[in-house]
Amino acid sequence: MIEIKNITKTYKTGPMEFQALAGVSFKIASGEFVAIMGPSGSGKSTLMHIIGALDKPTTGQYFLGGQNMSALSENELADIRKNKIGFVFQQFNLLPRTSVLRNVMLPLVYAGLNSADRKVQSEIALKAAGLDESHFKHMSNQLSGGQIQRVAIARALVNNPALILADEPTGNLDSKTGEIVLNTFKKLNQEQGRTIILITHERDVAQHARRVIHIKDGLIESDTGQL
Amino acid sequence: MIFLERKMNLKDIFYETYTALAANKVRSGLTILGIVIGIGSVIAMVSIGEGAKVQIQTSIESLGSNLLTILPGVVQPGRGIVSSGRGAAQTLDNDDSEIIQTIDGVAAVAPEVSRRFQVIAPTGNNTNTTVTGADPVFMNVRNLVLAEGSFITDSGVRGLGREAVLGATVAQDLFGEGAQVVGETIRINRINFRVIGLLEPKGGFGFSGPDDMIIVPVTTMQKILAGVDYLSTISVSVTDKNRMNEVRDSINAILTEKHRVDEPDFSIISQEDILGTLSQVINTFTMFLASIAGISLVVGGIGIMNMMLTTVTERTREIGLRKAIGATKKDINRQFLAEAVLLTFVGGFLGIALGWAISFGVTALGLVQTSVSLYSVFLAFGVSAAIGIIFGYYPARKASSMNPIDALRYE
Ligand SMILES: Nc1ncnc2c1ncn2[C@@H]1O[C@H](COP(=O)(O)OP(=O)(O)O)[C@@H](O)[C@H]1O
Ligand SMILES: [Mg+2]
Repeated sequence: MIEIKNITKTYKTGPMEFQALAGVSFKIASGEFVAIMGPSGSGKSTLMHIIGALDKPTTGQYFLGGQNMSALSENELADIRKNKIGFVFQQFNLLPRTSVLRNVMLPLVYAGLNSADRKVQSEIALKAAGLDESHFKHMSNQLSGGQIQRVAIARALVNNPALILADEPTGNLDSKTGEIVLNTFKKLNQEQGRTIILITHERDVAQHARRVIHIKDGLIESDTGQL
Repeated sequence: MIFLERKMNLKDIFYETYTALAANKVRSGLTILGIVIGIGSVIAMVSIGEGAKVQIQTSIESLGSNLLTILPGVVQPGRGIVSSGRGAAQTLDNDDSEIIQTIDGVAAVAPEVSRRFQVIAPTGNNTNTTVTGADPVFMNVRNLVLAEGSFITDSGVRGLGREAVLGATVAQDLFGEGAQVVGETIRINRINFRVIGLLEPKGGFGFSGPDDMIIVPVTTMQKILAGVDYLSTISVSVTDKNRMNEVRDSINAILTEKHRVDEPDFSIISQEDILGTLSQVINTFTMFLASIAGISLVVGGIGIMNMMLTTVTERTREIGLRKAIGATKKDINRQFLAEAVLLTFVGGFLGIALGWAISFGVTALGLVQTSVSLYSVFLAFGVSAAIGIIFGYYPARKASSMNPIDALRYE
């Protein structure tokens, strides 16, 4: 489903240039649960932004579901994000002063679904993400860290994406809550067959995945390969 | 329809907009206040100007219907009717008045001679006022109404009668409020006149307003009081409003020929001329007031822009998040533009209410009878929406063109 061919990414800030990715290639098949692991600053988030159609590589090619992503316009990339990808970030995942339900609905709002369908789909996603129904009407700032990440997972699920990308989703959580969130991902992969890419710098977290790609200084160090 | 369904609908945009503005009520309120003051003052200024125009129209129309006023001398074009050589030039006389009488379409001709004199009442009160020598037709030509007694009579004119009709203000100055004046004697320029009539007050602003005037027979004025043989004004009443121009042309031709001059040495002014000149003055004045008010509207618009720019910066991460979950540039652009337009719309609505209240207050205080026109209300709404779009455009563009990565990384 994902094919990455010799991708590099160079950031330019004024006269300074910094190569965050120095030539990365791999394939990920549909239904895989992959952890991308590496120390801080190794280029993990950069890679995730490219996979998630938020950014374009400097050189190299990226195919998502057979589609060449470098050829797409800004609006087409937004469409891909809307229909094929769900994101979970480390922090600032939810809109403040907005209810849980409305937060989860947001991708469907941009997709132009009618309100009745939005509500049904959002509730299904929230249940799949393991959030108790009593929290659905709460405001996002009334939730605990673990609950916030479950809502974020529900929002990533709600438009039935082919791919879920999570960038250090447990980075702000204590290990027990982190465990619960990781198990949620695991369940989604096993029971619903969703493709999940989990980015982390912690070995314990990576162990939940079925495949681990190690990355360092913008290069792949090791890849356990498809199991 | 399928195409439309793929976009955010209006209800969603409104919901997002409302939530965003309600999240910071004080800031939104202050920004709206800027627009309220701007729109409110534009509405109030225009309504005061319109009201003044209507008021002047009515009072000029009350001077007399189908009235042409002939003045000696030439009214300077561009300097308006005020600068006529009235009193200075002596180009009109009684023969002119009689010859105008023969013109087809002329209903009545009222010759006048006016001068200011010292007038003394038996009470000892005295006043300096305009004394006008006039014919009996003067009353109808100038739409005057008697409160008491009678007007100048034909026999009074023929016999150089020492009779006088008092305007309401003069009567009050000389005899005090509500006093019996008919039958009393007054001294004009040391000559005794019997008061035979009193005019109803006419009010309004004075273009030779009859309230502050004493009317005596025209012959008495010429031969006894002033010792002149010319006229200071000839008022002509025309039979039909549609014949005003025709009659004016005839008078022009006949008097020019009679005076043996190439260019007229007199001026003919219709109510329309006066109305036109004054309306123009008031329009200019209204425009002036409205543009000052308009400046405050622009300041209000800058307030909107300032607030929206702050909001965009504050919500950088939110914008990144929205883009990550599929919002297009257009979605973001519309959301922020909608916020600016909603601010100005609410401001516009309250501003119209404020402007209405101000003009209502001005009317209630009796300053000017104002009128808020539907046209100015629509204009105000249009302008406020336009301000929202113009001043919201740049912040919205800034928000929508943010790179989602930079927006998500923003600390
Ligand atoms: N927008 C950017 N401009 C300049 N440098 C950047 C930018 N984004 C990331 N970097 C740099 O690229 C390197 C990799 O960053 P990142 O992909 O975020 O690493 P990780 O997520 O593995 O910690 C870091 O050294 C970071 O400073
Ligand atoms: Mg990172």
